[in-house]
Amino acid sequence: MAVNPNPRKTDPDGSRSFELKAASFTLPIIRLLDANVEAVAARLGAKVEKAPDFFRNTPVVIDLSDLPSGVGAIEFPLLVGLLRGYGMIPFGVRGGNREQNAAAEALELAVLRESYVRRGKSANETSTKEIDMEVSPTPPREAASSTPAPPARRPGQGFMLINRPVRSGQRVYASGGDLSIVAAVSSGAELMADGNIHVYGPLRGRALAGMNGNLEARIFCQDLQAELVSIAGHYRVSEGIPTELRGVPVQIFLDQKILRIEKL
Amino acid sequence: MARIIVITSGKGGVGKTTTSAALAMGLAQRGKRTVVIDFDVGLRNLDLIMGCERRVVYDFINVINGEANLNQALIRDKRCDNLYVLPASQTRDKDALTKEGVEQVLVELSHNHDFIVCDSPAGIEHGATMAMYFADDAIVVTNPEVSSVRDSDRMLGILSSRSRRAENNEEPIREYLLLTRYDPLRVVNGEMLSVEDVQEILSLKLLGVVPESKAVLTSSNSGIPVILDRESDAGQAYSDMVSRYLGDEVPHRFLHPEKKGFLSRLFRG
Ligand SMILES: Nc1ncnc2c1ncn2[C@@H]1O[C@H](COP(=O)(O)OP(=O)(O)OP(=O)(O)O)[C@@H](O)[C@H]1O
Ligand SMILES: [Mg+2]
Repeated sequence: MAVNPNPRKTDPDGSRSFELKAASFTLPIIRLLDANVEAVAARLGAKVEKAPDFFRNTPVVIDLSDLPSGVGAIEFPLLVGLLRGYGMIPFGVRGGNREQNAAAEALELAVLRESYVRRGKSANETSTKEIDMEVSPTPPREAASSTPAPPARRPGQGFMLINRPVRSGQRVYASGGDLSIVAAVSSGAELMADGNIHVYGPLRGRALAGMNGNLEARIFCQDLQAELVSIAGHYRVSEGIPTELRGVPVQIFLDQKILRIEKL
Repeated sequence: MARIIVITSGKGGVGKTTTSAALAMGLAQRGKRTVVIDFDVGLRNLDLIMGCERRVVYDFINVINGEANLNQALIRDKRCDNLYVLPASQTRDKDALTKEGVEQVLVELSHNHDFIVCDSPAGIEHGATMAMYFADDAIVVTNPEVSSVRDSDRMLGILSSRSRRAENNEEPIREYLLLTRYDPLRVVNGEMLSVEDVQEILSLKLLGVVPESKAVLTSSNSGIPVILDRESDAGQAYSDMVSRYLGDEVPHRFLHPEKKGFLSRLFRG
């Protein structure tokens, strides 16, 4: 599991108004290959178009490490505005040089030091890098010690069973295990699980399995009509799901990090 | 103890108030002691549809604020002794509806009524959350169009989490679907979703299908709940709805375009 809480620190005063814990998160990364914000805007626009909802309210990290050295200053205000315009929440940069970091800090972006993130091999896809880090057997202790509070987690971890319809606007997260839904999942609903997701009913919303980076996680459903399916951050939106796989029982898994949808 | 029914929808103007008036009247006519409450503070119009707008002295907010007692605020229906209306305030602020206040009124009404029908404002603003919080049953009013169905789905999600029953881990609110303004001809022409389409998306018990009908406007303009217009299709559909709510198996009507419609259109045109 990716979440790796430190042992509780005992408070000398005995007053416990909060707990300090560490947790790691899988986040999309926008890896800049070009300092020209306009060029980025054009490419990003096309990408977001395909999955507008996927980026809504999603925190993102801007990765600067692959920018050609000697590119001038990056226009962070423009870039941040651009990302926000697509509904993302840019909150930090990584891999920048001193100048770039200073410019980012001036905009109140967090500068994520290298120690927070294990340098993965250069990945081709947004978000895969972070996932590499997440599946490493022993995550670096400092990993993500600066991340925001974890989402609400249910007690009684392991798996979760739901037998009422999951409606538009509802989110269900099975932390640390599988999620089984024995009912319909409406369009606009979101299922998340660290493990597998099983849906015995039409799946019309989104399903994200392997949330903690587990590349082995799968999605099984009886009637695929999903808006988005994702395994460990590798996703596909409805448009990219071939018609012959819609409305039939399928399983969805990663094969060499490529999302596969297969009839059952 | 009374059963509390909330009439709700995600989208506005779908027919909640029309339905509240019809349901309340229908229950009362069958001998159930019924009160219908207008939760749409600031937009009072249940009293218009019930035809008692000229008898409003005190309102729901007055009762909550202790400025009047329930007996002073309740308006007895002139057509049916079992029916009372608790009107909303036109002038007050929505926030005057406090959870404690609402609860107190509902508890008091529970003692001597069988059903409390809550006419909710649309969406999930304060008045709507107050109307749904204490509900035992919910009737989600939906028009056969995509946006309305989507909003109803969202409402159902909210209903299942933001209610007293959900918070106390009790048996969940019983949810029913009511399709209104159903126009079979437009369904056939593919301009509207069919009953089957809507049910497939919402997977919910269908309490009734009320056709688009001129009778609705005529009745509400004269302050008569349309269920009292027994000749009208909408009135009959609402009557069936009440029977189903009370547990009778009644087949659905008005689902298909009238056969003679075709010929008469041909000759009229
Ligand atoms: N079955 C129907 N046929 C024709 N017109 C209808 C029907 N049901 C409702 N209407 C009309 O639709 C309009 C809105 O109805 P109503 O006031 O009951 O909706 P509402 O959901 O309470 O609206 P709001 O969200 O504003 O409270 C009214 O003009 C009413 O006459
Ligand atoms: Mg109304």
